Amino acid sequence: MIAKEIILAKLDSRFLPHVTFNDQICQVNAEGLHYRDLNSLLRTLDSHGVEKVELHSVCGQRYIGTDLKTGMAIEIYGTPGNDLAAFMNGPYITVYGNAQDCVANTMNEGKVVVHGRAGDITCYGMRGGKVFIRDDIGARAGIHMKEYMDKKPYLVVGGTAMDFLGEYMAGGVLLVLGLNLKGDEPHKARFVGTGMHAGVIYVRGNVAHMGKEVKMVDVEKSDMLTIEGLVREFCGYFKTDFEEILSKKFMKIVPYSHRPYGRIYAY
Amino acid sequence: MKSYLPVDFIVERDESKCIRCKVCVNQCTYETHNYDAQDDVIRSKDENCVNCQRCVTMCPTHALSIKKNLGPFRDNANWSSEVIKDIKKQAETGGVLLTGMGADKPYLTYWERLLLNASQVTNPSIDPLREPMEIRTYLGAKPDALEIEFEDGDIDLKTKLAPQLILETPIMFSAMSYGAISLNVHESLARAAMRAGTYFNTGEGGLDSRLYKYGERAIVQVASGRFGVHSSYLNAGAAIEIKIGQGAKPGIGGHLPGEKVTEDIARTRMIPVGTDALSPAPQHDIYSIEDLRQLIYALKEATNYSKPVSVKIAAVHNVAAIASGIVRAGADIIALDGVRGSTGAAPKVIRDNVGIPIELAIASVDQRLRDEGIRNKASIVAAGGFRSSGDIVKAIALGADAVYVATAALIALGCTVCQKCYTGKCPWGIATSDPWISKRVNPEIGAERLVNLLRGWSMEIKEIMGGMGINAIESLRGNRLHLRGVNMTDTELKILGVKMAGE
Amino acid sequence: MNELDNKFINPFNQDKDFAGCSIFGMMSLEGKRFSSEDPIKAISNMHDRSNGLGGGFAVYGIYPDFKDYYALHIMYLSKDAKEKTDRVLASCFNIIYDEEMQTKAAKVVDPPLLWRYFVEPKKRRSPNLPEDECVIQAVMRINTETGKAFVFSSGKDMGVFKGVGYPEDIAEYFCLEDYYGYLWSCHGRFPTNTPGWWGGAHPFNILDWTVVHNGELSSYGINRRYLEMYGYKCTLQTDTEVLAYAVDLLMRRQRLPIEVVSQILAAPFWSEIDSAEPKRCNVLRALRQTYGSLLMNGPFSVIVAHHGEMIGLTDRVKLRPLIAATRGNMLYLSSEEAAIRLVSPQLDKLWAPRGGEPVIGRVGDKKIVGSAVKVEEPQ
Repeated sequence: MIAKEIILAKLDSRFLPHVTFNDQICQVNAEGLHYRDLNSLLRTLDSHGVEKVELHSVCGQRYIGTDLKTGMAIEIYGTPGNDLAAFMNGPYITVYGNAQDCVANTMNEGKVVVHGRAGDITCYGMRGGKVFIRDDIGARAGIHMKEYMDKKPYLVVGGTAMDFLGEYMAGGVLLVLGLNLKGDEPHKARFVGTGMHAGVIYVRGNVAHMGKEVKMVDVEKSDMLTIEGLVREFCGYFKTDFEEILSKKFMKIVPYSHRPYGRIYAY
Repeated sequence: MKSYLPVDFIVERDESKCIRCKVCVNQCTYETHNYDAQDDVIRSKDENCVNCQRCVTMCPTHALSIKKNLGPFRDNANWSSEVIKDIKKQAETGGVLLTGMGADKPYLTYWERLLLNASQVTNPSIDPLREPMEIRTYLGAKPDALEIEFEDGDIDLKTKLAPQLILETPIMFSAMSYGAISLNVHESLARAAMRAGTYFNTGEGGLDSRLYKYGERAIVQVASGRFGVHSSYLNAGAAIEIKIGQGAKPGIGGHLPGEKVTEDIARTRMIPVGTDALSPAPQHDIYSIEDLRQLIYALKEATNYSKPVSVKIAAVHNVAAIASGIVRAGADIIALDGVRGSTGAAPKVIRDNVGIPIELAIASVDQRLRDEGIRNKASIVAAGGFRSSGDIVKAIALGADAVYVATAALIALGCTVCQKCYTGKCPWGIATSDPWISKRVNPEIGAERLVNLLRGWSMEIKEIMGGMGINAIESLRGNRLHLRGVNMTDTELKILGVKMAGE
Repeated sequence: MNELDNKFINPFNQDKDFAGCSIFGMMSLEGKRFSSEDPIKAISNMHDRSNGLGGGFAVYGIYPDFKDYYALHIMYLSKDAKEKTDRVLASCFNIIYDEEMQTKAAKVVDPPLLWRYFVEPKKRRSPNLPEDECVIQAVMRINTETGKAFVFSSGKDMGVFKGVGYPEDIAEYFCLEDYYGYLWSCHGRFPTNTPGWWGGAHPFNILDWTVVHNGELSSYGINRRYLEMYGYKCTLQTDTEVLAYAVDLLMRRQRLPIEVVSQILAAPFWSEIDSAEPKRCNVLRALRQTYGSLLMNGPFSVIVAHHGEMIGLTDRVKLRPLIAATRGNMLYLSSEEAAIRLVSPQLDKLWAPRGGEPVIGRVGDKKIVGSAVKVEEPQ
């Protein structure tokens, strides 16, 4: 139980017109708030144990979700700015709208669910947590995602991806469903998995152009378990039909080698 | 006459390591090593040694080393040992000093004074290992503009482009004639060019019929001696090059001595066995620029305008004006050979004193052609002592489309730059027509070594380009903003068209 | 330009400056004029992408009363420069009307003297030279010869307004609330190593062509040397200038359509060209062979505009952002989606063009080129 009076008393007076409480939910009208103010407000709410925040009229504010200490749930209405959930370590962000570039940049833990598209460089260097994007993602998604021990990042995309999907990928799981592709239309991305040396990319449908470091192989039983788990979660967020998604064939893109560039140096 | 010449090198043999296997005796084509069966010992004649390192490399027990004879003359900055020995040699023979390979003096190079750029923050460097990094280059005349029809997404090209060479890496093998180098070396170069997607240049000695199968990757040369030039030769190659001059010996002809003209070479060059193959200094149908135009079009006519025609000149004082004339005469490619260019044989005084550095030639020719608005009409190929991918990147940034390398290719095959090519006894089997010595180069292994070199250099070029934030070589070509100079005068910087480092 | 003047406008003697930036464009596909309110609101929403050292706007359809005359906007860094320039202008043009540009106090840095002229080329001077060429020659002459005068806008019925300050401050300074246009392109600049000067702000302009640009051209050195062969003089010390001239050369002088020009500025990879069907392969190869020196290499997103057309384009590996959207008869291009949403929360269509694929909107044509990547509106 949070004491909203205490929190309101702690807030800088310029924030007061932006903040209301509806039961346990803190509602923030982000209109006209600079990102530094908005994020400072979120930090205050976070440190006072607010568990759920709704941000309304968000329009381009950057770094939402960064430097919060708890697993706070944040619902965003509008268009969050670049670097949403950058370096994020725990919160659960839901976006009702599109996200811009660099979502989940170097994210460590937590979850991002976007009811729309996401821009370029989604999940750059992400090392843990999960990101679900309902529609398309931009170029270089999943670039240099990596895993270590129990830290393993997941990115699930309902639409298709643009060029350099999974570039430099060093771990984690990327699942691209291509639900908006017609018939046999291949995924948009060229140079898929270029420089990839660990981790796995699952695709539903065809990929026309891959990097030289990867190959496409059939999925195995254990892969299907992972895929089914992620698709079920995806369907839960976006109300999509599980069976229909699973009815199409999945393929797996994996690197030939963990050391693709072993032979480039003289001695 | 008693020779006053001291030996150049001293052969040292560790007797405790020598197992008398006689590899050195068999490998040395200068007869430096002799086996004395009576004493079971191998003796060496230092005076024969050229320090080619063949015996040292082949000795299975590493018993041999070659030392430079540091004596006997007193140190003197003006009257160096080299100068004293040269004078004595001429006093004893009355001849012109002959040498091989390119200039060995240090004062003619600018590459070390040019430094390359890289991206930091304001634009990203690009990782060449993963992302596309394009170094494909087309050589030939380009139009100033294209006429294109465009309707409902359908594009149609109305302009017909002149024939082009396609290079998957901007490095080609320079002209080296069959006769000056062995058939196996020619074949190594040809195979490597095929595999690497580049070109080798036949040189002026024709193309052996056994190598016609590599014609699609050959630039066939036509020089003043017109050796081996006939219609099937002209049509065998992908391009034709008119050789006016060579960086190692501008204004000088050449000759292949009769003893090198074996049966195979005679057939290819279309001259009798054992006769001297003389290349006059000028092309005797070119006494002026309009004559060059006449020859260019004669060759285009002979090949039905299907191949680009290149004109190769030595970089001399008026190189920019000459180049402009050549382009206006209809050349599709202009090849510039700088003062450090190499040769199988040249008078030493010419090699070391005539011509200008290739760096300055590239810069002034590229700028001149731009000033005159004719840079599109021809590609520039630079030659003359490229030693590394760094040199090549700098040449391209100055304005070259591609480079020719010869010495580096020969080094890849074994050459140690001992500068004795003119003797015809190359112990590495390269600069020789002796069938027994020639076997030392295996065309398959040779090609592999050459392809490896091109691969390594190409990767380095991509690495440098990626660092600059450029992913296509056309964005590097002539882009002098990626160069800065050190240790140069304002005039040098101005001619090179680069800024001082720190500026 | 002599050394002294060069020092004045470009104290660190950079060949080009480097800039991170925001770009925004908005166009009525019916050619209907609208006020500056939305464009200013949108570009200032991306305030954090610029640093106050440059902002600017290009507006089309603003001078209906003078639409047959070239509108020259000139900045003078000294009084003397104006006298010199006026002599040049008098020799080349009939000056129909001129005035000091209307400005008001705003947070801008060291504004120069700003003058507007409506002119027509003197016909008898060189009867065979097309009017456009006369104007270009005069612009190049003024920019290079007089030292401290720069023509920053030279088209008909359009104008560029730019300077040192945030875009919203520049808008205020130039009283943009008084102008109505059917196409606005806007720029907020973040130069990293020059102090920013009025001429170096975007948009860049020649005749009615304008370019706003985000990114840096690593190929600038050769782009510039290529254009110099065609008589363009790069005097404004920034890489974006070459984009404006390249577009002028290819589109106006050589009459290539933007669909083709985009394949030059952001050429496809050889791997893609090689695998195209033969006819297309042939064209694409010839374009790269012929115009390789105009490949804009390095990260960029640009909005190019001229009368009746607005074009968005990114580099071929998409290193800078660009979002396109439509609502009714309005086409939007922006570095960030949020800027579009701010002025039009509801959109009919929104998409991220692929690297090297142009988005083209034309007045009188509701079909947008390059909108193949359809994205449903989020609910």
